[in-house]
Amino acid sequence: MFYREAGQFKASYREDQQIFPIRQDRIGIVAAIVFFFLVVPLIANQYWLQAILTPVLIFSLAALGLNILTGYAGQLSLGSAAFMAVGAFGTYNFMLRMDGIPFLVALVLGGLCAAVVGILFGLPSLRIKGFYLAVATLAAQFFIVWVLVKFGWFSNHSTSGVITAQHVEILGYTFDSPLSKYLLTLAVVVVFALLAKNMVRSATGRKWMAVRDMDVAAEVIGIRLMGTKLQAFAISSFYCGVAGALYAYMYLGTVEPEGFNLDLSFKILFMIIIGGVGSILGSFIGAAFIVLLPVFLNVAMHTSLGEFIPANIAANLELIIFGGMIVFFLIVEPHGLARLWQIAKEKLRIWPFPH
Amino acid sequence: MTFFFEVLIGGLLSGVLYALVALGFVLIFKASGVFNFAQGAMVFFAALTFVGFTEVLPGWTGLEEGGSAVFWLAFVLALGAMIVLGIATEKVVLRPLVNQPPITLFMATIGLTFLVEGIAQGLWGAAVRGLSLGIEDEPVMWILDRFEMIISKFDVIAAAVALVLFVLLAALFQYTKVGRALRAVADDHQAALSVGIPLKHIWAIVWGVAGFVALVAGLIWGARNGVQFALTFTALKALPVLILGGFTSVPGAILGGLIIGASEKLGEVYIGPYMGGGIDSWFPYMLALLFLLVRPEGLFGEKHIDRV
Repeated sequence: MFYREAGQFKASYREDQQIFPIRQDRIGIVAAIVFFFLVVPLIANQYWLQAILTPVLIFSLAALGLNILTGYAGQLSLGSAAFMAVGAFGTYNFMLRMDGIPFLVALVLGGLCAAVVGILFGLPSLRIKGFYLAVATLAAQFFIVWVLVKFGWFSNHSTSGVITAQHVEILGYTFDSPLSKYLLTLAVVVVFALLAKNMVRSATGRKWMAVRDMDVAAEVIGIRLMGTKLQAFAISSFYCGVAGALYAYMYLGTVEPEGFNLDLSFKILFMIIIGGVGSILGSFIGAAFIVLLPVFLNVAMHTSLGEFIPANIAANLELIIFGGMIVFFLIVEPHGLARLWQIAKEKLRIWPFPH
Repeated sequence: MTFFFEVLIGGLLSGVLYALVALGFVLIFKASGVFNFAQGAMVFFAALTFVGFTEVLPGWTGLEEGGSAVFWLAFVLALGAMIVLGIATEKVVLRPLVNQPPITLFMATIGLTFLVEGIAQGLWGAAVRGLSLGIEDEPVMWILDRFEMIISKFDVIAAAVALVLFVLLAALFQYTKVGRALRAVADDHQAALSVGIPLKHIWAIVWGVAGFVALVAGLIWGARNGVQFALTFTALKALPVLILGGFTSVPGAILGGLIIGASEKLGEVYIGPYMGGGIDSWFPYMLALLFLLVRPEGLFGEKHIDRV
């Protein structure tokens, strides 16, 4: 009913190949973008903008990066937080050392730094596969954080590598308020999400998927493994790097290398697993879920049950519920929440007459 | 030169402990193909449960505090708890995920890590506790006199315990019916099933044995560094050992542990000062990574032949 495509004829290749071939999807996407750009600023308060919506968007971008690498190109990585750190510290140094550089340029340059580092640590993927590669990416995780702490140059010689984000100014407008930060983040994320959506349905994305499904077979049909894998590493790290820079400039303001630890990497991995591996939409759903779950648990603990449960047990209970939820979700829907949405779409297509 | 050997032997001895944790990984990976990230949490859980029982048992049973009766009773109870935990994990978490891609199973074990850590701390509290095995952490006088090297008695005994454990496990794998079944399952699940090996029982046994190994590792690590949350990070130390030795090889885990332990200490002492110190957080990984570039399947891992 809602997804009936009857009557939507494709009369040209152009129409057949458009990014959202179904009209309802196009309307939905435009409605969502309008909603988040225009309606949310009107209804959301400071807390929501600052503590929930902005981080969800930033983590969505990071999850998108990891999803490109893990979901589309099939290379498991446990070092995404480190690439975020490279992006954050890269942008910081460009802002610091190049006078008058526009923020967006520094952001992209920071992302490019992460891409270069990503290629370096992606090199082992040419010989190592699967879990061996996952553990190898841990080398990136620990090494990069160590370098950023150890060598003061990266953080302008501040103690233990803490950096404080400079003021962001674009065309004379200073991005200070939570609302302006949210809107800037949203704009960046929307651009990169559309880029990613386009990338994965082009020849690039198809090469990645071929490598993911079976690299030997992909090589046989003429895909160059080295180029494809390194490209996936570069683009994934670029996304993570930009996300890291946004994390520092739009969300926290002050970050230290230790903040980009293994836990953050795991968090991003959880996002794509719960959201859906190999799905752009899944990255967003997963990020929203992982950011909101602790907030929700916290609120639940402190309001309804707060009187009965002492604080130290509540903290452990949070851990237990978080772990339990992940296991539960994996058992119930191993393909992630994005798959649920797909099923819902299928159902809506034939509703109310399923036969 | 004496100093070099002192560092080397210290490294080898701590390598034995890495090997012990890595062994738990290998056992489970071999038998069920699950990369069990929760092994570190299991080590923590085991140590905490043991300490918890030694604290409450004198009150419950009237046994003398710190006596050997309490020690063994707590050991047995903790072992029971580990076996129950292992079997429950297998039944509740992994059984429903059979035939899922390895990454899903891996993620499930990360979820399990949080769960186990939360349960352990919820049951016994989050305070750092001491754990005494009744072995002094003092230099062995005999070696000090003969070679003028400081080698801790505790480390030597811990290594000996680990060695006994390795031999026991090797014997279990090599000479018993269960061991044969385990090896068959490790080789090929379906073939093992078709000749009538009860896969479910075997998996339960493997998780039980992994729980036992985690308990021994937890006791030794806990006695060394105190029973605290940081114990869960031993799992991270065991990962480079695994890639060095190969995920499916028990001798690989042992040899990998020794290499990582020794090179970590030597690297910290001889290379560290040139790079500002603190390199032990990533040095083992880099080492393992370089090694993998030469041998992608680890020291003793099975060579993969891909067919299209």
